[in-house]
Amino acid sequence: MAEQINTLPYKANLEIYSETLQRLAETDRDIIAVTSDSRGSGKLGPFGKRFPNQIIEVGIAEQNLVGVAAGLASCGKKVFATSPACFLTARALEQIKNDVAYSNNAVNVIGISAGVSYGALGTTHHSLHDYAVLRTINNIIIVAPADNYETEQAVELAAKIDTPVYLRFGKKPMPPLKETTNENFEFGKGRIITEGNDVAIIACGETVYPALEAAKLLRESDISATVISMHTIKPLDNGLLAAVAAKCKAVITVEEHSVYGGLGEACASYLLQNNIYKPFKIIGIPDEYTVTGSQEDIFNHYGISKKGIADEVKKLLTN
Amino acid sequence: MTNKELKQKSIEYRKKILKYILKAKAGHTGGSLSCTDILNVLYNEIMNVSPQNFSSPDRDRYIQSKGHCVEALFVVLADQGFFPEEDLNTLCQYKSHYIGHPTRKVNGVEQNTGALGHGLPLAVGTAIAAKLDNKLFKVYTLLGDGEMPEGSNWEAALSAAQYKLDNLCAIVDKNSLQITAPTAEVCNTDPLDEKWKSFGWAVKEVDGNDVDALKKVFQSMPFEKGKPNAVIAHTTKGKGVSYMENSLKWHHGVPSAAEYNQAMKELDESLLAL
Repeated sequence: MAEQINTLPYKANLEIYSETLQRLAETDRDIIAVTSDSRGSGKLGPFGKRFPNQIIEVGIAEQNLVGVAAGLASCGKKVFATSPACFLTARALEQIKNDVAYSNNAVNVIGISAGVSYGALGTTHHSLHDYAVLRTINNIIIVAPADNYETEQAVELAAKIDTPVYLRFGKKPMPPLKETTNENFEFGKGRIITEGNDVAIIACGETVYPALEAAKLLRESDISATVISMHTIKPLDNGLLAAVAAKCKAVITVEEHSVYGGLGEACASYLLQNNIYKPFKIIGIPDEYTVTGSQEDIFNHYGISKKGIADEVKKLLTN
Repeated sequence: MTNKELKQKSIEYRKKILKYILKAKAGHTGGSLSCTDILNVLYNEIMNVSPQNFSSPDRDRYIQSKGHCVEALFVVLADQGFFPEEDLNTLCQYKSHYIGHPTRKVNGVEQNTGALGHGLPLAVGTAIAAKLDNKLFKVYTLLGDGEMPEGSNWEAALSAAQYKLDNLCAIVDKNSLQITAPTAEVCNTDPLDEKWKSFGWAVKEVDGNDVDALKKVFQSMPFEKGKPNAVIAHTTKGKGVSYMENSLKWHHGVPSAAEYNQAMKELDESLLAL
């Protein structure tokens, strides 16, 4: 398909992924990208040109992509197995489960064009199941960076650690969530974007930005919101979740994923099992044939938007 | 090792495989016996891998794709000194690391396998890593003929040829039987040699229960410079025990005490006849 042309002043997280990987590869010849005819959609064309000996192309064969990546990682390579999230985490799920997670080969599984990024290409190309299936697999960290900063940090960290990681990227140019950032980025530690006492909005990936916009809109109604970028879906930052849930009157989660099995249910599970009872709502893609349209159309349809999130917050607080 | 010593090893391994399957009351008997000679030759004659160099990046790698035949692997690894053989008394017991498929919790095991169609992609990635680092180690993976319909094998076969992995050897333990019926009746993958060749591999066929022939084949790697190596090892499922040979029942049959004694008697007679 034709690549989305970036006309905004912001970059897509995928572009930052590629830039960061190139920067790392300049000084580390063990950085290897493995692709399944996906270097274009993964923005890895420049990486391939600059580091032809550090890109392994397997063709359109996702199971082999992950198996080969695991074999490379077993020899000490820092592998970024890059393929559309929809194929990677479904067709090659068994390879992720066995060859990466169970065998503990520290592959970085990079799900690109994730969620409904492919928009009108439809359900075959959507990944609304990946958090759910990967959450049930032991020994893989699940991360959906929200903005360019989180992306850069996550890629650097993934290259460093000896644990399998799943990184999920969309295609949309993402504005920064904060103007300046001097915090420590860690997997498993959520990022507080803005603070308030009425509602906690916990989001991940490309849904954090509309959550932040919703928080701004809610101020007009004198509702103050805490917005968390819960970039790591597993292991979940239970401490932060408990703290914001205790502080606020209600908790709402937002994700570009099925409402089943993702960030929302992970939060609900923790809160309920730890006797923290607050009005709670999961915003995501419901269990139905997904409405057709662009990512933006789909987001708007299901309320993953400034107004949609703000409306749900109001409902939750008046109930 | 002399050929006679190698043959003795194979029989000793077979006896131990049956001993621990009997003790565990579980195991993949027929397939472990069919691939015994292959493992014997690889570990005793061909591969540069030992408990001493197992953490070396230069060691040869063995990845068992047909993971269910783990009893053969465990017996050979114990004999190589990777762990005390008596550990195998815990095979398949509560909290034992010695489970019914290879796991890296057991010293000497390279990859956790068991789901079929996984060994070859892993081996391809490992062989690519060797090429990238200009290392001379070789990568061997053992596949069952019953797992050849797994599509991932053929995905990996394409990549192996693409990357000219002449440091890679895929061995098909072609015992021609799988759990349901003869392999040709379940999903015929013959002619297997032509399939590998058409995927860009150099192929040799061998009697997979003939240690001498196996040794010669492995020593002749690479069969063709720039091509991955496929060895189609024609074997007998249940090899070495008359009533187990070519019998579906022994895919994962566990012998009774009487059957076990009969098997030991036959194997001891084979030893004497060497």
